[in-house]
Amino acid sequence: MSENAIVVEGLRKRFGTVLALDGVTFEVPEATVFGLLGPNGAGKTTAVRVLATVLRPDEGRAEVLGHDVVREPEAVRRRIGLAGQNAAVDPNLTGRENLRMVGILGQLPREQIAPRADELLERFDLSDAADRPLRTYSGGMRRRLDVAASLVQRPPVLFLDEPTTGLDLTSRNELWNMIRELVNDGTTVLLTTQYLEEADRLANRIAVVDVGRVIANDTPEQLKMQLGSTVVEMDVRGDGRAERAGRLLEERIGGRVEREGDRIRITSDQGAHVLIDVLRSLDGDGLSPDTLTVREPSLDDVFLALTGRHAEAEVDRASADEGSAKGDAA
Amino acid sequence: MSSVPVSVAVHGDRDQRIPFGVLRDTFAITQRNLIAYRRVPQLLVFSTIQPVLFVLMFRYVFGGAITLRGPIPYVDFLMPGIFVQTVVFGAIATAIGLSTDMKSGLMERFHALPMARSAVLTGRTMADLTRNVFVVILMMIVGFLVGWRIHTNVLALLAGAFLVLLFGYAMSWIFATVGLAVGDPESAQAAAFPVLAPLVFASSVFVPPNKMPGWLQVFADHQPVSATASAVRALVNGGPTATYVWQSVAWCVAILVVFAPIAVRLYRRTV
Repeated sequence: MSENAIVVEGLRKRFGTVLALDGVTFEVPEATVFGLLGPNGAGKTTAVRVLATVLRPDEGRAEVLGHDVVREPEAVRRRIGLAGQNAAVDPNLTGRENLRMVGILGQLPREQIAPRADELLERFDLSDAADRPLRTYSGGMRRRLDVAASLVQRPPVLFLDEPTTGLDLTSRNELWNMIRELVNDGTTVLLTTQYLEEADRLANRIAVVDVGRVIANDTPEQLKMQLGSTVVEMDVRGDGRAERAGRLLEERIGGRVEREGDRIRITSDQGAHVLIDVLRSLDGDGLSPDTLTVREPSLDDVFLALTGRHAEAEVDRASADEGSAKGDAA
Repeated sequence: MSSVPVSVAVHGDRDQRIPFGVLRDTFAITQRNLIAYRRVPQLLVFSTIQPVLFVLMFRYVFGGAITLRGPIPYVDFLMPGIFVQTVVFGAIATAIGLSTDMKSGLMERFHALPMARSAVLTGRTMADLTRNVFVVILMMIVGFLVGWRIHTNVLALLAGAFLVLLFGYAMSWIFATVGLAVGDPESAQAAAFPVLAPLVFASSVFVPPNKMPGWLQVFADHQPVSATASAVRALVNGGPTATYVWQSVAWCVAILVVFAPIAVRLYRRTV
């Protein structure tokens, strides 16, 4: 189990003027989940496309189970499953027809195709809708079928590009359970996500990606230790009060205190205890917050901690990345 | 969800090739595209209703005003042209189908599967060829209903039908290229018509080119749609066939030799 299923070294990919991947390097041990965490346009999808042999990298090297994605794409394709961001299924075919088509194109032996399709339809709770064209499916059902399609060939390596975006809570939890099951059975999963929570729940290791570079690569526990597990956010309005509160908390609270205007953000790894300390300190000085939120750290908090910038500042790049994918095709 | 295990046991040697894998892949893609024609009938409307309207229009509205030299009635002149026109306009469906797939993300899945690279294109064009078989039979029935008669024999008719289908297949590869190049169905349709209209109307499809202005006549006499229409006409109406048939076949081969490699290259670059 110590072998690496995926090895990525110095991957670079440019679309026109946008450097989508700027020397990405990471390794994924067999039978583990690796999370690529980053905002839209950070380069996550581009990395997955290169690994899935859909895109050729400009520079660098990528191997899946010892097979180079550029020199041996066919061998790689026989070992991977890919579920993309936009449900890549045929809207005119039924669920069953879609899975059988992928079975044929995935070079599954003829006699295994029909049973495999039925098995997956049942597993993903789509048996009742199996013979309806996909046009009639809900978004969540389509997404489930897309993931099912990526499993038809029983791939030892699975790429899931933001698999739970647009899924409701129940479907999301079911998909998470399924991913865990697959990994228990020996599948290696590369997962991209914009949600720290998702990466935290599933991944053995998380690489945080920012403008085409890996800016952190660690276990979720280590990352959260750096970040703190609880974020308390509050607004203290009125002149100078926020500044006063900020200074006060900085002196008395263990954890990181940041202030932006009237907003104060405290990141701590002491769970809910920090909240009691915060409120006691403020109350003792005659201050009280106007709004107060306690939550787990988000991707945005990770970004603030790692780069000093908000993750949302990446929106411009995201549209550039999308536009350039088309540009490459033209 | 139920508890059926999703095992990842690797079956046999993953790199083992399935015999006739290319054919199997092509057939799977062909079938998928044909299912779409069955489930989305509006895809067929453009390639059937429109030529039927042309038959009715030219047979009953314009036909009376068109006088031909010789004993052949206008309807017998018209129908072979209509068959060719039908497959030429029908080829737009190849562009629309491929560009729709490009937009849907389905191409990304195909690229990541260990399938024959060529199957997406051959499967698409084979589906459109199959559709053309039905559409040409339909147009022949429509032709018989409006008074079209064959002056030669069934074998010559079959040869004519074969030529029409071959030409339609060649046109499909032109439009496969167009569809992959523009990448979305609306642009594909918009790009197709200005190219097709002169090929179909400045040809011998509806009228003999000898009454067109000299410069247009030169074009009309030396383009593939005219060559194929004249070849089919000679086959079913009688008269010397060899020159036109060889011209038409040569055009088909030339189109395939030029456009199939371009389409395949474009496909490899699509994601």
